[in-house]
Amino acid sequence: MKIHEYQARLLFEEAGIPVARAIVADTPEAARRAAEQIGGPVAVKAQVHVGGRGKAGGVKLATTPADAGNAASQILGMRIKQSVVCKVLVMEKVEIARELYLGVVFDRDHRGHSVIASAAGGVDIEEVSAKTPEKILKQFVHPLVGLSAHQARQIGFGLGVPPKSALEIAKTLLALYTVYQRTDASLAEINPYVVRPDSTTVAIDAKMNFDDNALFRHKSIEDMRDMGEEEPLEIEAKNADLAYVHLGGDIGIIGNGAGLVMTTLDVVTAAGGRPANFLDIGGSSSPEKVRRALEIVLKEKSLKAIFLNVFGGITRCDDVATGLVQVLKAVQVRVPIIIRMTGTNVELGMKILNESGLNLKTYPTMQEAALVAADIARSA
Amino acid sequence: MAILVDETTRVVVQGITGRDGSFHARQMKEYGTNVVAGVTPGKSGAAVDGLNAPVFDTVRQAVDVAGANTSVIYVPAAAAADAILESAEAGLRLVVCITEGIPVNDMLRVHHALAVRGDKNFVLIGPNCPGVISPGKSKVGIMPGFIHKPGRVGLISRSGTLTYEIVHALTQAGVGQSTCIGIGGDPVIGSRFTDLLPRFESDTGTDAVVLVGEIGGSDEELAAAWYTERKRRIRVVAFIAGVSAPPGKRMGHAGAIISGGKGAAKDKIETLGRHGIPVASDPAQIPELVRRAVP
Repeated sequence: MKIHEYQARLLFEEAGIPVARAIVADTPEAARRAAEQIGGPVAVKAQVHVGGRGKAGGVKLATTPADAGNAASQILGMRIKQSVVCKVLVMEKVEIARELYLGVVFDRDHRGHSVIASAAGGVDIEEVSAKTPEKILKQFVHPLVGLSAHQARQIGFGLGVPPKSALEIAKTLLALYTVYQRTDASLAEINPYVVRPDSTTVAIDAKMNFDDNALFRHKSIEDMRDMGEEEPLEIEAKNADLAYVHLGGDIGIIGNGAGLVMTTLDVVTAAGGRPANFLDIGGSSSPEKVRRALEIVLKEKSLKAIFLNVFGGITRCDDVATGLVQVLKAVQVRVPIIIRMTGTNVELGMKILNESGLNLKTYPTMQEAALVAADIARSA
Repeated sequence: MAILVDETTRVVVQGITGRDGSFHARQMKEYGTNVVAGVTPGKSGAAVDGLNAPVFDTVRQAVDVAGANTSVIYVPAAAAADAILESAEAGLRLVVCITEGIPVNDMLRVHHALAVRGDKNFVLIGPNCPGVISPGKSKVGIMPGFIHKPGRVGLISRSGTLTYEIVHALTQAGVGQSTCIGIGGDPVIGSRFTDLLPRFESDTGTDAVVLVGEIGGSDEELAAAWYTERKRRIRVVAFIAGVSAPPGKRMGHAGAIISGGKGAAKDKIETLGRHGIPVASDPAQIPELVRRAVP
């Protein structure tokens, strides 16, 4: 799960990290008052989950409160990639001597977490890491030990900043790791973290992502979820206990099991088709889940065909087919359905589908079914 | 021959009084697995429909009284990490954790706690996996047993249903299996490809191993490096799911995500190929690849 900058900034402030003064606003008038309250020049920053808001014109500098109001009226309602801006963060303008990157990330290969810093702040860290890996400082954090002060100092003093700044950075890293750990985060990032001309330091950005599987024990984090930032169909599927990813093509994909659905997407893509989505109804294949899955996929606007790929395991193919026929008779499906079924009692299952009186196209292999689905989508 | 589970496997089911636990305990028993006990804290002495295995409060009792040596876990995600550690402490040699949705930090704690214990003979499979089966001998998990057939090909997979699909295709083609292991779809799992390949290498009942990988992490790359580190007796063939998956999107499994430019399927396929491991472009090709690898 992702949260907004203004929310992450609050978590950082609570953790004792120095953050730039800022006030969140959802109207131009509120932004104007915020700038007045802060006093002096400010930055007005779009609050969206996607990156690249600066390039998209989602960050503007304002010298007077009236300017800030105008900037907010331009930014609010703006569309940045798939997000619409509903809030801005009005932040004091900070004097900058140096811009750094500080972050904590889940380190899958080392089965722990890593604290990462770079002297090249304010730019995309993945780009820095790819082009100039020598500019990245990294300390591995053993999950049973936590981040040690000496590790934080190792990074602080490695950044080539004045000693006073280095010590402040070390303190910030310890606080950042603490809030990251306490909230079961998968990412905590400050980009940029600023060294002022007087060597004091301050965060002028804040980003946090969280482990979805741990949200059950962090109600206050879960409450920060911004439904407006999520794909409506992904939310609907999640509420129905289905895994859904919107992909943007025109062939709806439904299958049982994540690996099988992923493979179905691959085979459809290889056949020249464009999958509309990823939808996993889970290892079993209960008729009720198939019904919910169909209802959700049918909401994909550009849908031209549906490819249903089912493996009949503990629930055998004939039972799956009987359930499918019931569901398909009950749900109005406006596009052709291509079914590929395999597993135990597959012949019996196919017979039930083919004799159902429904206009179903059934195929024994994924490739055949994928070619047909791609063909139908192309000519529709 | 087989690895991890066989006729000597004596299973305790953690979470046996739950819906999934009781259903799959019955399925395992029906397959011929020795289900010797169940554990649900606070429910000792409870009866479970269709099973005569006693229910205990602790895994330790299941070991002491019923002689369990393997555990299979169906407890909810919030309690699963603790269930794994309980079984490890009780002295079991194999723990299979089926539970899906365990927080990453819980699994990191388990992983490092097990490392501190340093028991080289202890094996954790999962979490978020279908389990382990040695066809005709023992099934510890949730896979449909009847699609398998005893034979000489091993299988290690990060997936569930896709594994069944591939096993089914092997069986249909007359290729039997020694042991099939679902290692799980999470980013932090107990046993990776490289933890299990050496066991197949020393199992005289296995000639070839099918690796079923997917996007995310670098376990497939490590497996490729293991294969060419020195001369290997077993042949390995592979399939990788997620060639068309977009970066940054989690494809169902918690661990199936291309992040920071790492974990893409095409890189894995390229690395496996470079190390002499044939990669199928469709699961249906796997039986043929296996036949070519071990004529």
